[in-house]
Amino acid sequence: MQLIPASAKATFSQPLRNGRSITPYLLLIPGLAWLGVFFVIPFFSLLITSLMRPAGDSVLDGYVNALEIGNYLIALQDYWPVFAKSLLYAASATLLALVIGYPLAYHIALKGGKWRNFMLVLVIAPFFAAYLIRTYAWKTILADDSFITVALNALNLLPQERILNTPIAVIAGIAYNFLPFMILPLYAAIERIDPRLLEASKDLYASPGETFRKVTLPLSMPGVVSGTLLTFIPAMGDFINASLLGSARDKMIGNVIQSQFVIVRDYPQASALSFILMTMILVIVFFYIRRAGTEDLV
Amino acid sequence: MRPITSWLGKRATGIYAIIALFYLMLPIFVVIMLSFNKPAGKQNTQWNEFSFDAWTNICRDQTICGAVTTSIKIALLTTIVATILGTMIAFALVRHRFRGRTSTNLLIFLPMATPEVVMGTSLLALFLNISVIPLGFWTLLIAHIMFTISFVVVAVKARLATLDPRLEQAAMDLYADEKITFRYITFPLALPGIAAAALLAFSLSFDDFIITNFNSGTTVTFPMYVWGAAQRGIPPQVNVIATIFFMSALLLVVIAQVIGAKRVKR
Repeated sequence: MQLIPASAKATFSQPLRNGRSITPYLLLIPGLAWLGVFFVIPFFSLLITSLMRPAGDSVLDGYVNALEIGNYLIALQDYWPVFAKSLLYAASATLLALVIGYPLAYHIALKGGKWRNFMLVLVIAPFFAAYLIRTYAWKTILADDSFITVALNALNLLPQERILNTPIAVIAGIAYNFLPFMILPLYAAIERIDPRLLEASKDLYASPGETFRKVTLPLSMPGVVSGTLLTFIPAMGDFINASLLGSARDKMIGNVIQSQFVIVRDYPQASALSFILMTMILVIVFFYIRRAGTEDLV
Repeated sequence: MRPITSWLGKRATGIYAIIALFYLMLPIFVVIMLSFNKPAGKQNTQWNEFSFDAWTNICRDQTICGAVTTSIKIALLTTIVATILGTMIAFALVRHRFRGRTSTNLLIFLPMATPEVVMGTSLLALFLNISVIPLGFWTLLIAHIMFTISFVVVAVKARLATLDPRLEQAAMDLYADEKITFRYITFPLALPGIAAAALLAFSLSFDDFIITNFNSGTTVTFPMYVWGAAQRGIPPQVNVIATIFFMSALLLVVIAQVIGAKRVKR
């Protein structure tokens, strides 16, 4: 593939059928309509619900349409520490996943050889082991009398003398669960690097370290950007790791939204929290992408 | 010392890869191991005694198998609908030129870039506001199809993009019309991608908890059962089902890899 000049490649991959055919629209309409009705419109429902007020004194009376901006003020006032904590946990987990995932993606892409496909299968394998159950398994691995906890305690590395039910467990759990989302884009980006560039760097007497810093790493940046986003975004909304691996004090914003919606049934408050979460993520992603200077994520 | 350090230096990333892959597989080993456990108390988190009990008695608790059946039903229907809708979109994007391409790509990308809590709550807000469909099996099916379509599009698109358009041009040159070209050239070539997408859709749906949690009403899927059981202790039967699902999915992936490798050799 690498030998075909870029220009030739471009003509080959151009869409085959041109003109004003209606075929593409017929192909698109059913799927896009589904997304429109059940993905886009629900955001408006969420917005409307977030501005409702209670119809009576009890939760059971339901809610009526209103323009209750106060829901947002209360949400921000009461829960800003939880938002801040979620941001901290999600960012730490993303960084951890990047540190764990990058060398692995690098090895698979550049030194995988005949093991490449086998290693890629192992990377996606956790996806097929049920999310809740593989998270639950960390309870066994990180338990107070487990090998890891005892070993780290012997080295005096644990401030709370345990891992389970601490923020460390929550962050490690999130990093583990979204690691494949980090590794796959990284792998794709590193694999795409023209090996001749690496050879050229070597021919020009660059040390392996210099080649990595000045050639491989900059060229793999698109993978770093999409990998960190694909890890950070689901991490921000996750409540499974905090529930199963953390203590009551480690609850994230996802936990609050979940309990407000499903248990307390304060729909307007929960919707406002959800809407703030979405806006926060959009703002972060927007500035992150602008800073990183890449827009081809898809 | 020098030969040892250079030996290590050459293999550093390889040694790291083995450790990292072991780390990725570690919880899965634990899940499989605990399926052969006879827990001492209610919580199945600590190794106690080897036993085949859970494997020979998967449905002892009827609710587990009921939940699994519900999950399989939803996942199968989701797979069929999402694979068809997603494949159609992928073909339109790769094989046709049309207006609104950028917005289509954006609409496909967004569900993958939205946290599940936000999607789950938004959809719940919709269902609560219109209250035409009661929360349950059908709302779950709607939700699962919604969030799997994008993954299908991406998987099929990836396969279509690697196909050589000259094969289709050759068919056309040999007087095959569009239908025949699609039936005998394009579709068979795209099939591995479509199969991979279907497997992905099935496992995403079968495993989904967050979106399901908001829109399930009283319907209990397998992850919902596990969540409910987490407080009072997850029985080893749950590990058995997770192990069976994991092994089957992995087997399918490996078979696909082997078939793919054979094709390349020919």
